[in-house]
Amino acid sequence: MDLAYKILIDPFMQMGSAPDLLVQTLWEGLVAGVLYSLIALGFVLIFKASGVFNFAQGIMVVFAALTLVGFHQLGVPAFLALGLTITVMLGLAFTVERVMLRPLVNQPDIILFMATFGLTYFLIGFGEFVFGGNPKKMITADLYLPSGAYDIKMFGGFVSLQKIDIAAAVIVSIMVVVLAIFFQKTRIGRALRAVADSHKAALSVGISLNQIWVVVWFAAGIVALVTGIMWGARSEVSFSLQIIALKALPVLILGGFTSIPGAIVGGLIIGIGEKLGEFYWGPLLGSGIESWLAYVIALIFLLFRPQGLFGDKIIERI
Amino acid sequence: MFYREAGQFKTSYEVDAAVFPIRQDRIGIALILFIAFVVIPLTATDFVISVLLVPFLILSLAAIGLNILTGYTGLLSLGTAGFMGVGAFACYKLTTYFPNVNIVIWIFVSGFFASAVGVLFGLPSLRIKGFYLAVATLAAQFFLDWAFIRVQWLTNYNTSGAIEVPTRTLFGMPLTGPNAAPEFRYLVVLSFVAAMTWFASNLVHGRIGRMWMAVRDMDLAAELIGIRLLPTKLLAFAISSFYCGVAGALMVFLWYGSAEPAVFNIDQSFTILFMVIIGGLGSLIGSFFGAGLIYGLPIIMRFIVNLFGWQITPATVEHFTFMTVGGLIILFLIIEPAGLARLWQIAKQKLRVWPFPY
Repeated sequence: MDLAYKILIDPFMQMGSAPDLLVQTLWEGLVAGVLYSLIALGFVLIFKASGVFNFAQGIMVVFAALTLVGFHQLGVPAFLALGLTITVMLGLAFTVERVMLRPLVNQPDIILFMATFGLTYFLIGFGEFVFGGNPKKMITADLYLPSGAYDIKMFGGFVSLQKIDIAAAVIVSIMVVVLAIFFQKTRIGRALRAVADSHKAALSVGISLNQIWVVVWFAAGIVALVTGIMWGARSEVSFSLQIIALKALPVLILGGFTSIPGAIVGGLIIGIGEKLGEFYWGPLLGSGIESWLAYVIALIFLLFRPQGLFGDKIIERI
Repeated sequence: MFYREAGQFKTSYEVDAAVFPIRQDRIGIALILFIAFVVIPLTATDFVISVLLVPFLILSLAAIGLNILTGYTGLLSLGTAGFMGVGAFACYKLTTYFPNVNIVIWIFVSGFFASAVGVLFGLPSLRIKGFYLAVATLAAQFFLDWAFIRVQWLTNYNTSGAIEVPTRTLFGMPLTGPNAAPEFRYLVVLSFVAAMTWFASNLVHGRIGRMWMAVRDMDLAAELIGIRLLPTKLLAFAISSFYCGVAGALMVFLWYGSAEPAVFNIDQSFTILFMVIIGGLGSLIGSFFGAGLIYGLPIIMRFIVNLFGWQITPATVEHFTFMTVGGLIILFLIIEPAGLARLWQIAKQKLRVWPFPY
């Protein structure tokens, strides 16, 4: 009875008695969700166009952020460094396509998945070798990203909104719109969707698979760079960010692997659910439930919708 | 020339269905077992036994466990280390509650605890598959990882949060704890691995193995020919987790001697998945190859560095190990996506027809 009270009633009492804390928690969840969505977006881009479950997206985030900071530390002006980093990501996309994807075309999914694991290991080693293992500070001010916070009075308390978080939300919205236009309206976007539907049919109407893959990995690289800047501005740029990328996986299965809106909505659900759970129900179990709550939320959703919220319906034939 | 089955006639169905149909293979396996059980304990140094062979065997056992699930049944799992941890912690709790029962029995029994947990987390596998299932098993991994750290009952409220393995004996000799002789530990591990590999081999060659493979190749079709999916998939989860659990218990009790929960984190799961993929999905011998390669590679790298006396910091060596492992994984996948086991088969086939090309 006591336990049931603690699980079912007490957290809501707390929410009711301190609405400003609730709003703050919701906001934190929203921001975390936006950042999860960003990583998930990178996954979805590649999965849609090549059917590859790109495990390396997490390390690509770290790698892009480290490259940016590394260039800046060499004395390159911030925006030139940004341009150079984009070039590096383009180079990475070319290399990945040439060295890894082209020889592995038409292999089973799990083999391609494992290959991206290999890429992850390689990039970890390479990144640590070039940039060192120490955490670095993101060059927030040089990129004209805002810092500081707005304090909004509300319900007799106040809610503090970090400016960088607001910037992140805005940037993510812009990026999603741009990506949506890119996918729906441009020639390459149409080609991408054709490749996603069927490799063979796309090849037969004269779409170059190799070119498409470079484009997609480059787009994922850009998304990784933006993610890296945003995550890095909130904490530091270090290899532990790569673990956070694993959090994008429940987001993905919640939203469905093939859906960009799914990645966004999934990210928000996971972010908010996780923060609320940790804050109000966490103390019951001993804290730290954040590490697995997201997966359990996703698992429960999956039991009812095995293809995720927005995923394509799974049709099986023999 | 030497490896040819000319003159070996199969006169009964039993002989035809044997696991090693060629006489040279049977001699080979007997030779390997003889070397492993007799020659190595007599000749190998303590270093070779406790740094190379014991870890190799234990990791192979875990890889076999994952191979049963992923390679034979086609259910991708990223929760291996979690199930290994269940085995290790179950064994620890059991042996501290009932210190008089022999530790070997508890190592074996702890596998059943891992089985139970594995079945629980395997339940969603009926509805979801592929990468969706992989992420669902991640839930198991992270939940168990969290439980090992937070539930202090599991470590008997040890302040360091780690397991300290108590000394236990077998045949009057210390088997676990600081006083155990490496050769003795090695022999016990080897016995476990040999017996369980033999059992797994019989399992995958028999009716159950064929059911698993049917589910792997296409579960809808398997259902139509009368295989019940839920029991088959759950059995795969149960047996796979059993192997992982025993491997985890062996790992802590006969290899590490003491273990923090961090031993069973997500990286360990990935490492064992590497072993299975590099070794060959759906191959028992591949599990051994994969374990040998992935575990041995960093050691070989360090050895090479020492051999040439290069002045390189350990950190740099580690970075290069990461790069090499990553590169090799991609390289092996490109050369032979079916893994080392397939290369081994090709080599045997070439040997059979040598000196002719085919």
